[in-house]
Amino acid sequence: MAAAASHSIHDRPWLDPAQKPFIQIQGVSKQFGPFVAVDNVDLDIYRGELFSLLGGSGCGKTTLLRMIAGFETPTSGRIVIDGEDMSSVPPYDRPVNMMFQSYALFPHMTVEQNVAYGLKRDGVAKAEIQSRVNDMLGMVELTQFRKRKPHQLSGGQRQRVALARSLVKNPKVLLLDEPLGALDKRLREQTQYELMNIQDRLGVTFVVVTHDQEEAMTLSTRIAVMDQGYFQQIGTPTEIYEYPVTRFVANFIGSANMFEGRVASQEDEIAEVTVDTLPVPIRAEHAAPLAAGTRAWVAVRPEKVQLSREPFSQAGINMLEGQVEEIGYYGESSTYRIRINEDVRLEVTHPNLRRPRDGRHLAEWEDKVYVGWEPGAAVVLTS
Amino acid sequence: MAQGAFGRAIEKAQASWKFLVIFIPYAWLLIFFLAPFFMVLKISVAELRIASPPFTPLIATDAAGATIIRLVFDNFAYLWEDSLYLNTYLNSLKISTTSTLLCLLIGYPIAYAIVRSTPTTRNILLLLIILPFWTSFLLRVYAWMGLLADQGTINNLLIWLGVIDSPIRMLYTEFAVYIGIVYTYLPFMILPLYANMEKLDMSLLEAASDLGARPAVTFLTVTLPMTVPGIVAGSLLVFIPATGEYVIPDLLGGGNVLMIGRVLYNEFNANTDWPVASAVAIVLLLLLVLPMMLYQHIQSKEASS
Repeated sequence: MAAAASHSIHDRPWLDPAQKPFIQIQGVSKQFGPFVAVDNVDLDIYRGELFSLLGGSGCGKTTLLRMIAGFETPTSGRIVIDGEDMSSVPPYDRPVNMMFQSYALFPHMTVEQNVAYGLKRDGVAKAEIQSRVNDMLGMVELTQFRKRKPHQLSGGQRQRVALARSLVKNPKVLLLDEPLGALDKRLREQTQYELMNIQDRLGVTFVVVTHDQEEAMTLSTRIAVMDQGYFQQIGTPTEIYEYPVTRFVANFIGSANMFEGRVASQEDEIAEVTVDTLPVPIRAEHAAPLAAGTRAWVAVRPEKVQLSREPFSQAGINMLEGQVEEIGYYGESSTYRIRINEDVRLEVTHPNLRRPRDGRHLAEWEDKVYVGWEPGAAVVLTS
Repeated sequence: MAQGAFGRAIEKAQASWKFLVIFIPYAWLLIFFLAPFFMVLKISVAELRIASPPFTPLIATDAAGATIIRLVFDNFAYLWEDSLYLNTYLNSLKISTTSTLLCLLIGYPIAYAIVRSTPTTRNILLLLIILPFWTSFLLRVYAWMGLLADQGTINNLLIWLGVIDSPIRMLYTEFAVYIGIVYTYLPFMILPLYANMEKLDMSLLEAASDLGARPAVTFLTVTLPMTVPGIVAGSLLVFIPATGEYVIPDLLGGGNVLMIGRVLYNEFNANTDWPVASAVAIVLLLLLVLPMMLYQHIQSKEASS
C-alpha cells in the first residue's frame, strides 16, 4: 500500500513497532442472548489518536464503545487501557470519560454544576474545582451561561457542556458516541474542527463512534469500519477510501462502481479481469499475486472515471462507450449515469470546471460519450 | 363563499365544544366540591340548637324585620381551648406523617425495581400492585383484624411455632393502625413514583457512573433529586387521606388510637354537634391545604428563577 512518506512516524504511531498501544482490545466478544453484537475483535489504539468506529446501526460499534467505558461487560476477551486490565474495573474507576449521544446532562444542575460533578466525586479541593471548571467553560465558550440549566441552552451549547464535562477530569481516553449527530450541518462542521483542535491541544486519546462516513473521514487519524460485529478494515481515512479491502468498505465509504468477474491474468502488478457483461476486460492495479480464474470485483470510484465525447488516446486506459441516461447537477459537480449496455450502468462524477456553453454542459441527456479510467484508479477485491 | 360559511360554522361548533369541554369539569367541581365545602363552612360559623337542622341559620330576620348575618367563631375557639382536639390533630399528623415515610421507604425500592425489570415482568408487577383494589377496602381491613387479633392468624402461628407463649397484643393498638394505613395507601405511593421513574433517563445514571460516582452517590445526587416530583405526588396522595382516615383507626385502633376522623364522626353522630364537627373539618382542610400551597409557591418561585 502506498503509505505516504510525507508523514513522520510520530504522527502514525501504529506504524512504529516500538510504540506500545494505549488501548488494547483483545479477542473481545459481546452477546445479548443469541445475538452476537461484537464478534471476537482485536484492536490497538495509540496514545493521542482520534480513532473512529464507523458502521451502520446495529454493527456493534456502540456496544464496543460501551465496553470500553465499562457499561457492558465483554462475554469474552479483555480490554487493556494504559497497561491496566479493565475487566474488573467498574465504570466509576476507569480513566475514561464519555460524551453521550444524548449528552446526558443532569437537568437539575446548572452548567457549572454539571461540569464540576466529576471533580467533586474525586474529592478535588473546592478552589481547584472552581478554577478547572472556569478554564473548561472558557475553552468551550460557555462562561456566560454557567448559571443556566441545560433546558435553557441550545443544542450546540448543550453539546459543548457535555464535552466540557467529559474533559474536565483529564481522562486518558475520551469516548464520544455520535458527538455531532444531533447538530445541524453548519454547527457540525464548526464543532468538528473545534473537536480536532481540542484533541490536538490536550493530547487526549479520542475514540469516536459514528455512522457518518464524512465525519469519520475528516476527524480521524484512523478508522475501523465495522459490520455485523467485526472489523471489515482498519486504516487511515486515505487507506479506507482509496484502498478498500472488501466490497462492504468500498460501498459504505463513498460510492463505487463495481464489476464482478474473474481474473484472467496478472502482469507487472496489473490484473486483467474479464467481466461477462462488458465487451473488454478491465485492467486494475493489484500488487498481491492473484491466481487466474479467481472470482474478483473491480471497484472504481465515480470521481476517478473520466468522461469525454471523444475516445481516449492514452495507452492502457480502460475505456467504455455509453450513453448519458441520468444527470444529477450539484453545482460544483455533476453526477452522470452512463448506460454502457443493458446490464451495466456506470456512475461518473465530474467537477463543473467551466460554465455551460450555449446552455450545454459537458454532456447532456442521450449524448453518446466515452468513459475511461487508469488501471491505478481501480481496486481489485476478492471478498 | 359557501365554503367560507361552512368554515365559520365549523369554527362556531368548535368554539362551543371548547366551551363545553371546559364547562363540564368546572360545573362538576362547583357542584360536588365547592357547594358542599361552602355548606360546611356555613355550618362551622353557626351555633348549635335543638332543632332540625341542628344549627342556626346564616341569614335570619330579627324582631324588627331587618336582615342580619350571624357569624359565630365560638366553635373554632372551642377547638383551641379543649386540648382533646389539639392532641387529636397532632396525633393524626404524627400517624399520617410516619405512615407516609414508611410508605416512601417501602414503596421507593419497589417502584424502582418495577421500572428496572423487563417489560413483561413490569406489567405483572404493576398488576399485582393494583390487584388489591379489586376487593373492597373494608373487607381488606377486616381481614387485617383477623390476622392481628389475639386469637388471630399471626398470634396462633407464632404460638404454634413456639416463638411466643401468650399472644402479642397487636389489634387495637397504634401498631395495627400503622399496618392498616401503610398497607392500604402503599399503591398510592408506588404508582406516582413508578410514573416518575419511568421517565428517568438511564443514561444520566451511566453519565454519573462514568464521571466517578459510586452507585450510592449516583442515587443521592441524580436518582433522588430527579424523582422528587414522584416523591411529592406519592406522599401527598398518602398523607392527605391518611390524616383524615376514619375506618382504619376505628376498626384496627379501636378506641385506643385518637385520630381526627373519629372525632369528627363522634361530634357529628354521637353529639349531633354539627357546627363543631364542621369546624373540625375546616381546620383539617386548612391543615392540609396550607402546606401544599406553600410547596406550590416555592416550586413556582424556583421554576421562574
